[in-house]
Amino acid sequence: MKVEQISIFLENKPGGLAQVTRVLKERDINIRALSLADTTDFGILRLIVDKVQEARDVLKNEGFTVGRTEVVAVEVPDRPGGLHIIVDALSSEGINVEYMYAFVERSGENAVIIFRFDDTDRAIEVLQEKGLRVLPGEKVYRL
Amino acid sequence: MIFNEEFETLPREALEALQLKRLKQVVQRVYHTVGFYRKAFDDAGVKPEDIKTLDDLKRLPFTTKQDLRDNYPFGMFSVPMSNVVRIHASSGTTGRPTVVGYTKRDIDMWAELMARCFAAAGLTKNDIIHNAYGYGLFTGGLGAHYGAERLGASVIPMSGGNTKKQIMILQDFGPTAICCTPSYALYLAEVGEEMGMDMRSLRLRVGVLGAEPWSEKMRQEIENKLDIMALNIYGLSEVLGPGVSMECAEGRNGLHVFEDHFIVEVINPQTGEVLPYGEEGELVFTTLTKEAFPLIRYRTRDISRLMPETCKCGRTFVRMDRVSGRSDDMLIIRGVNVFPSQIESVLMDVEGLEPHYQLIVAREGALDTLEVQVEVSEKIFSDEVRKLQDMEKRIAKDIKDYLGVTAKVKLVEPKTLKRFEGKAQRVIDKRNI
Repeated sequence: MKVEQISIFLENKPGGLAQVTRVLKERDINIRALSLADTTDFGILRLIVDKVQEARDVLKNEGFTVGRTEVVAVEVPDRPGGLHIIVDALSSEGINVEYMYAFVERSGENAVIIFRFDDTDRAIEVLQEKGLRVLPGEKVYRL
Repeated sequence: MIFNEEFETLPREALEALQLKRLKQVVQRVYHTVGFYRKAFDDAGVKPEDIKTLDDLKRLPFTTKQDLRDNYPFGMFSVPMSNVVRIHASSGTTGRPTVVGYTKRDIDMWAELMARCFAAAGLTKNDIIHNAYGYGLFTGGLGAHYGAERLGASVIPMSGGNTKKQIMILQDFGPTAICCTPSYALYLAEVGEEMGMDMRSLRLRVGVLGAEPWSEKMRQEIENKLDIMALNIYGLSEVLGPGVSMECAEGRNGLHVFEDHFIVEVINPQTGEVLPYGEEGELVFTTLTKEAFPLIRYRTRDISRLMPETCKCGRTFVRMDRVSGRSDDMLIIRGVNVFPSQIESVLMDVEGLEPHYQLIVAREGALDTLEVQVEVSEKIFSDEVRKLQDMEKRIAKDIKDYLGVTAKVKLVEPKTLKRFEGKAQRVIDKRNI
């Protein structure tokens, strides 16, 4: 029930992001979700793509530092309070969120929240016990 | 003004006779008391008795900073520890400074040479000297302090840092002279101006500045901002500390080397050949009178040239030009000596770091800055910002702990730093001094 996310180290300089998107475009790799964390000096681009292994390989060949992390995708109805249901469940069990980002599914009915946890297995267990919809990787890559 | 008229104005002939007598003594002494020198002389096939003229000095082997490191900490001392009254050290490789010792007589000699420096700057017992050189293992603080006391001046032992307090004391105590690095003098001027003070109206009239290379342009700037006469002092802890040579207020052109206590040579750093007066090369010093830590032909790596022309001040000592650079890659950052190799060894102790780094040295206002750029390998990369920032902080802390210099660590993408074939150029020095 885990989703593979790739992360890329970027210096804060013009053209850095463009180089990543150009490589992905040339290989016909589609980005499903992304977030960019930035500091004054550098950024970390986190991507969920349809072809994980290929994206990782081509970016490494281009000279980028690429990491691979397991994250968790949770689907909730796209309406007020949707996110709260999840966060409330996690906090009541004392599960710590390292970072998260969200996108809305094409149908517009559901939102998908991507979570990075310290203890991913335990988090999935809790989410499922609470009856929340944890999406398998395959589903997320094809969304 | 001349502190020791008798020695500082000795006719050259008498001076050279004195140098030869003292050279013979020190060569005998190190050969019989320091294992390193005995072996080095034997390997070079030269005996102390072979030194019959000053020209024979060049038959003796050089001593390098590496030799001092190899004999860390006390292996080069020439007297038993019971005769050593003071130990100083300069920054060295990671956790390994260069250690020097002084006997009671060494301290006396040092105090006299520093007193000569102050006198050459026109200072007397009626002056108040604000000493902002660091007190501690660094030789600057205590070296200048003892010299000021020997002169009979009133010394304020400020040490470094705490700039606002320094400015308050400059204003309230009214010192007439200041000792510090030239960049710190400029920094004091700038901070004082920011605090709304008129730094030109202080009672200061003389600056005895050294411990880092500087230029005529910088001298003019300091003199202008503080309304003082800025003079150049030279020294290095291995040879003595501050007080090896000093500019005189009358000439202000080159630093008189106290030749009754040192022999100075200039060599070609590649071949080791001794160069004639006037030619630029690496300074090499032999100490003639030091007891605890004598040095034979010590290679300083400082680039300069010697000027034998007589000076209007009356001193007969040869002058050395201001140091124009280094024959190795040592950097002087805010008065702290840093070798790129030292930073490299700190980086290599951090697990997962690649040996690709670059050092950017710049000057913001009057202060030097050091940026260490390190490539992010997969081993240290994380998708979490906090972990990468912790890594930056950790490296900066290690550099501060081991080398005593504050650095900004910047993570960069892999392969962005230039690769070198052969000798790497790790340093970009943007300082225009």
